[in-house]
Amino acid sequence: MAGAINNTPRSVVTTESRPVRYLLTGLALLFVGLFLVIPLLSVFVEALRQGWKLYLAALVEPDALSAIKLTLLVAVISVPLNLVFGVAAAWAIAKFEFRGKSLLITLIDLPFSVSPVVAGLIYVLLFGAQGWWGPWLSDNDVKVIFAVPGIVLATVFVTFPFVARELIPLMEAQGSDEEQAAMVLGASGWQTFWRVTLPNIKWGLLYGVILANARAMGEFGAVSVVSGHIRGLTNTVPLHVEILYNEYNFVGAFACASILALLALVTLAAKSYVEWRSARLALEDQRNALNDQ
Amino acid sequence: MIKRASTLLVAFALVAQPAFADVTLLNVSYDVMRDFYKDYNPVFTKYYEAKFKDKVTLQQSHGGSSKQARSVIDGLEADVVTMNQSLDIDAIVEKGKQVNPGWEKELPNEASPFSSLQVLIVRKANPKGIRDWNDLTKPGVQIIVPNPKTSGNGRYTYLAAWGYAAKLPGGNDAKARDFVTALFKNVPVLDSGGRAATTTFMQRQIGDVLITFENEAEMIAREFGRGGFEVVYPSISIDADLPVAVVDKVVDKKGTRKAAEEYLKYLWSAEGQTVAAQNYLRPRDAAVASRFAKQFPAVKLFTVADFGGWAKAQKTHFDDGGIYDQIAAKVAGK
Repeated sequence: MAGAINNTPRSVVTTESRPVRYLLTGLALLFVGLFLVIPLLSVFVEALRQGWKLYLAALVEPDALSAIKLTLLVAVISVPLNLVFGVAAAWAIAKFEFRGKSLLITLIDLPFSVSPVVAGLIYVLLFGAQGWWGPWLSDNDVKVIFAVPGIVLATVFVTFPFVARELIPLMEAQGSDEEQAAMVLGASGWQTFWRVTLPNIKWGLLYGVILANARAMGEFGAVSVVSGHIRGLTNTVPLHVEILYNEYNFVGAFACASILALLALVTLAAKSYVEWRSARLALEDQRNALNDQ
Repeated sequence: MIKRASTLLVAFALVAQPAFADVTLLNVSYDVMRDFYKDYNPVFTKYYEAKFKDKVTLQQSHGGSSKQARSVIDGLEADVVTMNQSLDIDAIVEKGKQVNPGWEKELPNEASPFSSLQVLIVRKANPKGIRDWNDLTKPGVQIIVPNPKTSGNGRYTYLAAWGYAAKLPGGNDAKARDFVTALFKNVPVLDSGGRAATTTFMQRQIGDVLITFENEAEMIAREFGRGGFEVVYPSISIDADLPVAVVDKVVDKKGTRKAAEEYLKYLWSAEGQTVAAQNYLRPRDAAVASRFAKQFPAVKLFTVADFGGWAKAQKTHFDDGGIYDQIAAKVAGK
């Protein structure tokens, strides 16, 4: 490792002396350790404080299991929805010119700028008993908020931009030359999409899906507003963690929190892999292009 | 994809249904009550099944009292609500119309099956020598109280302190206001609810005094051990009613009125009152009360009626621009 560093020629831009560089690097590491690594570790330490047995017991407890099931269900519904929408929106925005395009881009960004609590309240205002459609829903015995559909809606809202935001710059950079070539050669719209567009964006797409999934499983604010907090029925894992913590059940709370933390770590690992993989593929493409010349 | 998702949704809905029960009741309650109902629910289901040969399943939802009332107004289909102040149930009557007016006359004791009062919890051996409300305004004493704007618990504390100062010899509203201002000057953290305040005091070890319900003190003892703190009963405190009501609109729609009414009525039975006393809630039943007399020291009490009832107290003290807001602004200016 040290040899590798010594062999690397010092960048011309780096003019700071060695101690200054060490100091800055050390400071950065200290900050990362203090604000990221230690808190994350503390979740696992607290969860395992009273041993594996209690840790596992806290996870297979019926309310915890139903929270985990609900969280997975919400992710399984909302992530594919956003995948389909994100690809469609990004495709429309990046490959075509139409009126209201900038408005559409702004709308896609809206969930990023709106507080999750407001996102939840929007659905309460629409579907709540005192809301616009509340009386009709109640008369027809359709439950939206304080039930699974409301939680899914709120999650779809907050994860809305992830896939589209990831794809738009990528697709814009790629341009539409390849698609046009495919069309000229007689490919149908679907064929163009499946054979040309999708392979080009698949890594970016995967990256967006991973981020959307992480947010879908971890969302607290918006879901808290529309959940109704019925134990074993409408509590997702983040809500369950809060309830257990308020009950002084710290082992249970941190055990469930560790599930979320693990998910975050797996997501990060997947994300790094996708980044590394797509960077390598891009490099290979460049090399191939050079060789062809 | 969507088709698959909706199949899953249906599948989940089937799985999520509890083993087919005759009646399912949703009890929407506030944070601190979950321990009591955890004990009470099995006692009730046993009684109900024996008496009516019907199975009853209880679902629970917990959160801050006012927030929970808001959820019921917005359509959370509670069969019964169990709150820590009548104001929250009145809000459901007015804004959501799910509970019929006059709910407090449907059951004994203004529909409040038990009560609690505000006590002072201090660190072991009482290092700051806290004996009564007037010790709380001394310089250097840090007090943990939940925010009166968001928490019923915090409102009871505010009114208890106000009542103490107003009822002292020569006391009046102006003096009470100065006293409450001095008290809130000693509050370093305003948590949003009772449980959060307890966590600040016990888990994070912030502050010298925690003011909370008597029954919450018992929960602290169970969770954190009895050695870590002491309970100080002030010379006078406020009687905290903990009202309950059937949500008329929901039970009539679901056809669960009989079970819901039984569920609440049984709170006044000897068994229900005993479970309450075991959870350090002061029972209404004289026989049960005398059995548990040792754990409930006699304290001089006044009620929210002294402030003209909850509606008036809320308007004068806690509404936006009310006296509490003025005090908070003064405290922030220090």
